[in-house]
Amino acid sequence: MIAGTPHTTDEKAERVRADFPLLATRTSKGKPLVYLDSAATSQKPRSVIDTVSSYYERYNANIHRGVYEIAERATEAYEAARKRVAAFFNAASTDEIVFTRNATESINLVCYTWGFENLHAGDAILLTRLEHHSNIVPWQLLAAKTGAELRFLELDGQGRVVLDDLERKLQGVKLVALTHVSNTLGTIVPLEQIVPAAHAAGAVVLADGAQAAPHLRVDVRALDVDFYAASGHKMLAPTGIGALFGKRALLEAMPPFLAGGDMIRRVTFERTTYNELPWKFEAGTSNISGAIGLGAAVDYLQTLDMTWVREHEVALTSYALERLAAVPHLTLYGPKQAQERGGVAAFTMGDVHPHDLASILDAEGVCVRAGHHCTMPLHELLGLTATARASFYVYNTFADVDALIEALEKAARIFKL
Amino acid sequence: MDELFYREYILEHYRSPHNYGHLENPDISVEDDNPLCGDRIRVDLKVEDGRIADVRFEGKGCAISQASASMLTDAVKGMKLEDMLRLGKDEIMENLGAETLAAARIKCATLGLKVLKAAAMRALERAVEAEGQRP
Ligand SMILES: Cc1ncc(COP(=O)(O)O)c(C=O)c1O
Repeated sequence: MIAGTPHTTDEKAERVRADFPLLATRTSKGKPLVYLDSAATSQKPRSVIDTVSSYYERYNANIHRGVYEIAERATEAYEAARKRVAAFFNAASTDEIVFTRNATESINLVCYTWGFENLHAGDAILLTRLEHHSNIVPWQLLAAKTGAELRFLELDGQGRVVLDDLERKLQGVKLVALTHVSNTLGTIVPLEQIVPAAHAAGAVVLADGAQAAPHLRVDVRALDVDFYAASGHKMLAPTGIGALFGKRALLEAMPPFLAGGDMIRRVTFERTTYNELPWKFEAGTSNISGAIGLGAAVDYLQTLDMTWVREHEVALTSYALERLAAVPHLTLYGPKQAQERGGVAAFTMGDVHPHDLASILDAEGVCVRAGHHCTMPLHELLGLTATARASFYVYNTFADVDALIEALEKAARIFKL
Repeated sequence: MDELFYREYILEHYRSPHNYGHLENPDISVEDDNPLCGDRIRVDLKVEDGRIADVRFEGKGCAISQASASMLTDAVKGMKLEDMLRLGKDEIMENLGAETLAAARIKCATLGLKVLKAAAMRALERAVEAEGQRP
């Protein structure tokens, strides 16, 4: 592709961009905002913002308890959002979708209920070297408490998961917990190969979909994953709402996570019987507006069409990879082919520290993340302490990539590379 | 932040830091890091009569943290420990010739000072301990 020639998906992205009020604002220096940090959190479309304010303005009430009209309306909207999320992930039933705060909480829920119930000394947990701290630290705690062992699938030179020794590594494994898409290298992990092998070895599979759910068509039944964790805020929804998909049989057998109101059926001073799925895992008053906002977000994504979302991401990422590769002194990390990665590009440039790079880019209105992106072990493996990371989403255009490149060239001039 | 911050002398200090390395027999050696950036700085001090007789630092990280530490080591040589402990963010910014810095980056600029102050505190503690042990 020739630099500057927009792909056909870009015209739609220009229109999509207009749905996001924040993207029309300018920085304090009057620069247009070039938001390239959606892997940290996405911007929110007008429809999500309006849905959330409409709940607060028109039917704010607690759910699952009031008999009056607005309480019923709130309950209906909350449960309708669950239905939308279940459909988005193609779950068999709404009972298999638990609302949480974020992907981190979804993973911890599985760790502290299924994990502590099922893992014992001598068992193994298999992760990959790509994992975000959220999908490492809970398992380290579990391993330390139970005496279970942590194992890792290694990476090749492009940051792709090596599967040659998968069967050997799976021996004695009770749980495979792995990211679907890496937030640092962008690597798409081939769940369709790993899940059947894991099941054949008798393991349960949890996929961390924080970076995948916003970008790929995720079908939990086709993938046959046992648990799938997602964060709303990375997929156009408000912060503080996330989801956990779990297969019904597993969720039913699991003890509750947090205990309190809403997750009960009947309480006496001596004992409690728990509520049915999925409410058994939703103790206390939920993030009602967040859940309703997440419903609006998946509606919006489905209107865009997840096929287009992915197509645009591949077009934009391959353009970005091509332009970044041509910047002198710039080193790119992760898979070379855009088809093998999500819309994430981590890089370093000469001896410019990523934080200095991000500061110079910020002065140009270009927002990128600098640091270890909550993957310190992966950075250590790459021999790095930090990288700069640009990440793309539905509202980014080829012009945003051009702005990034221009700002990088400016940084190179300032640092006299 | 103002990209002008990255002036020539800042880059010079970043690429060729002053007082870089170890001291042979330091009286005090202190290391600290800034987890946000992964910046890390170690300082060696020689103290004589309550003054900083010599100083070396070693570290890695962003240009702001490393240049700031380099300039600071120049500034504190010969300074009384008590005076050094009085230095603050404003003096660091003045030293760097920067008016503004994004809040998240101020920690980078002041990391060297933080480590130096910790070293000075330790030197003063030792002086007090030595006093107490005198017959
Ligand atoms: C791959 C991955 N997993 C988990 C998380 C954690 O997401 P949250 O902070 O929303 O729980 C993130 C967010 O950065 C991520 O990128």
